[in-house]
Parts: sequence; structure tokens; C-alpha cells
Amino acid sequence: MCLALPARIETKDELLAWVVVGEARMRISLIMTPEAGVGDWVLVHAGFAIRQVAEHDALETWKIIEEVESRAGGSHEREVGA
Amino acid sequence: MNPRELMRMYTRELNDLVAGRAAPLNLMEVCGTHTVNACRSGVHSLMPENVRLISGPGCPVCVTAQRYIDALVALGRRGDVTILTYGDMIRVAGAGGSLEIVRGEGADVRVVTSTLEGLEIARREPNRQCVFAAVGFETTAPATAAAVLQAASEGLRNFSILPAHKLVLPAMRTLLNDPEVKIDGFVCPGHVSVIIGSEAYRPIVSEYHKPCVVTGFEALQIMQGVLHLSRQIVRGETRLENLYPEAVSAHGNAHAVALIDRVFVPGTSAWRALGEMPESGLDVRDEFAAFDAFRKFDIRLGEDHEPRGCICGKVITGRAVPVECRLFGTVCTPVYAVGPCMVSSEGTCQAWFKYRRHESHRVEREAKEGVR
Ligand code: SF4
Repeated sequence: MCLALPARIETKDELLAWVVVGEARMRISLIMTPEAGVGDWVLVHAGFAIRQVAEHDALETWKIIEEVESRAGGSHEREVGA
Repeated sequence: MNPRELMRMYTRELNDLVAGRAAPLNLMEVCGTHTVNACRSGVHSLMPENVRLISGPGCPVCVTAQRYIDALVALGRRGDVTILTYGDMIRVAGAGGSLEIVRGEGADVRVVTSTLEGLEIARREPNRQCVFAAVGFETTAPATAAAVLQAASEGLRNFSILPAHKLVLPAMRTLLNDPEVKIDGFVCPGHVSVIIGSEAYRPIVSEYHKPCVVTGFEALQIMQGVLHLSRQIVRGETRLENLYPEAVSAHGNAHAVALIDRVFVPGTSAWRALGEMPESGLDVRDEFAAFDAFRKFDIRLGEDHEPRGCICGKVITGRAVPVECRLFGTVCTPVYAVGPCMVSSEGTCQAWFKYRRHESHRVEREAKEGVR
């Protein structure tokens, strides 16, 4: 439930956006980060962006997630945050 | 320095710091993801014996009172109501079964990944009353609030929420007020802090004189948090440190906090093990009463009956570790879970079952010897 992952905004229509999370595309709300625009990175929790994050930090997080997943034998368990 | 070298450096410093110290350091993390990631990465095994990272009430499913589950299950059994829930809640049993069981009996229970999905279902099926099980801490509360506001603006009368949101600070205070629970400092929850900001923990530092450290979720960040906390305790300092500034600001996300304030007011909430605490949850404002399932369906909460033999209450308050439960790993496993701490993927019992079972002998021995 407390899953939160960095995602990049692909398209934005008022406060709704399509983001890319890893390999998936997702429709999310930007009501908590209205200033975020196309190309920006946000931390997505339960369908809502809860904060804008720097690209560098987002990519760093994904690097760690991928490392952990490859060590766990490709398990897609992602528990990133309460 | 690469992560491996950093981890080695933190571990060495931590060991040097507490070497020869008789009194153990009791550090508590209040975040289900810290629990799971610490267990999974083996961070505990790198810690000296006299530094204990205890799991507190950080798993949203685990802290939800049983009487709330009973109310949800009863609502599902009515037949005219569709229950919308996050996945983890579905297997938690109340006195009269779980949402999974009532679904098997024919109730309409649907797992959603966001409140947006819940709204979509309500729009698509205007003849069904859709009730969203609104559980979780400050991280999920704004998403619930946003859904209520959206439903109100669309006049979506078949959507409502059954609120059981919890606030982290009152739980921390309650534990600190309990003479039986010994805590020397807190590793504060990461994503809750994104919403409420690191300054929210200031009272814990100034009133209770307990150091607080906000940190991220990876093994290295958890270890760094433990090190900074231990450093403060050993040096007799009491400070608030934010080691996760890339995600957590001092005052949090103002938009998210405004959403919560617009829809909710702090109110008394029933927690598993911690009981009813004033101002520890969120009540729907009268203005949005039409979207509050408690009022809409005239629901009253009953009594709690914990599953027999389950010590989840002790586990989520840091009074016991899972292996001290007689049912752990035998009667109670993730496949057949007795209590919520084993059901939830963020629960302490499930994390121990998956990653720390081999440690049970040492911990059991310590428990017997009264070290814990
Ligand atoms: S092992 Fe199972 S029964 Fe025991 S405390 Fe944990 S969840 Fe409850």
C-alpha cells in the first residue's frame, strides 16, 4: 500500500498525467504536485504524485531497485516506503 | 566511495561507537517499508548486539483495529454495496471473516490500486453503492481526500469512504508515554515525512527528548540512519536530522496537507493494540458527510477480539518480536496468516518469516534470558 516509485511524466492534461514507471505506463493525479510538467520526475504513491524529485535522484533510486531485483532473482517485489 | 565501502564504514563506526556499552540502544522505525527492507537486506545482522532496530506501528494494515475490519465485512455482506480496497486489506480477518472470505460468499469486493480507480468504478456503475476502505497513514490520506473532493464536485452520490486513516505522531507519543516500552530514538517514516515534513517530529525531540532521524529506504540509508541516531544517543545529544532531503523537506507537501485539512478533521481513532487515541485519526468534515460511509450506512464499531494466540499487538508496539509468538512459522505463515502482521506484505511477522527465520534461536534465547 505504501509503494512509492519515481516516474517520469509523459503527458499532462490539467491535473492528470500519464507517467512511465519502470516498464509500465500509468495514469496518475498531479493534484499534490501541480507545478510538475512533462519530462519532470515525480514520486508516485497509490496513483498520486506526492513530490517532484530531481532526475538524478530518481535514476539513482531506479538503479538501486534494479540491483535489488536482480539479486532477488528478478522478483518484482518492490517495497519502497510508508 | 562505493556503496559497499560506505556500508563497511558505517558498520565499523557503529561498532566502535557502542563497543563496551552495557545498556542496549533501542531504536524504533515506524514504517512498514523500513521493516521489510531492513529485514530483506540483512541490515540487522550487521548491527552490534547492543543496537536494536525495533519495528513499531508502521504498517497501515497492522494498526487497523479489528472492529473496523468487522464493519467492512458486514458492509460487504449487505449485498448492495461494492467494497473498494487496497490489496493488503483483503486477507485480514475480523471476528466474522475477511473481505476475501465474504467475496467467496458472493460479496462484491474489488481491489484497487488508487482512489482514482475507485472513482472510475463508481462512475461506471451508478447503480452500485461503492465504499472505499480508507486506511493508511498521512501518505494515503491526501489521495482519499482528493477522491472525496472529486466525488463531491461531480455529484457522485454512489461513492463514499469508510475512514480509518491514522496519524503517525500520536502513535509515537503513546509509545513514549508507555513505561513498558523503551525507545531511545526514532528512525522516522520516509514517505509519511514527504507529506508532513521533517519538522513534524520536532515535538518528539523537544518534549520527549528523543532524537529523530528521517532516512530513506535502502539498506545503506537505513544503516546511515541507525548510525546517526546512535551517535546522538551516545553523545547525549537530542536532535532532529533529515538524511533524506532529496524527498523530504522541512514542511512537507503543502498541497497534500491542504487536501487533508479540506476534507478531514483530526478525531479519535481505534488502533490495534494501542486502543482509542484522541486526535490520532481523521474524521470526515460535516460538509462532506454524504461521502462518509459511517454516516451514510449508520455504521457503529463493535468490540475487538484479537485472534487467539496472536501477539500482533505486542509486535507492533515493539514489546515482542515475531519469533516469540507460539504460532509463528507453524500455525501462522504467509500462506495461512493468523494475524495482520503476517498477512500484510509490510507486516513485521511476514518480514521475519521471509528473511529472519534463521535468527529465531538467538532471539528466543535472548528473550528467555530477559535481554529483550
Ligand atoms: S506470528 Fe502470526 S499469530 Fe503470531 S503475532 Fe505474528 S501474525 Fe500474530
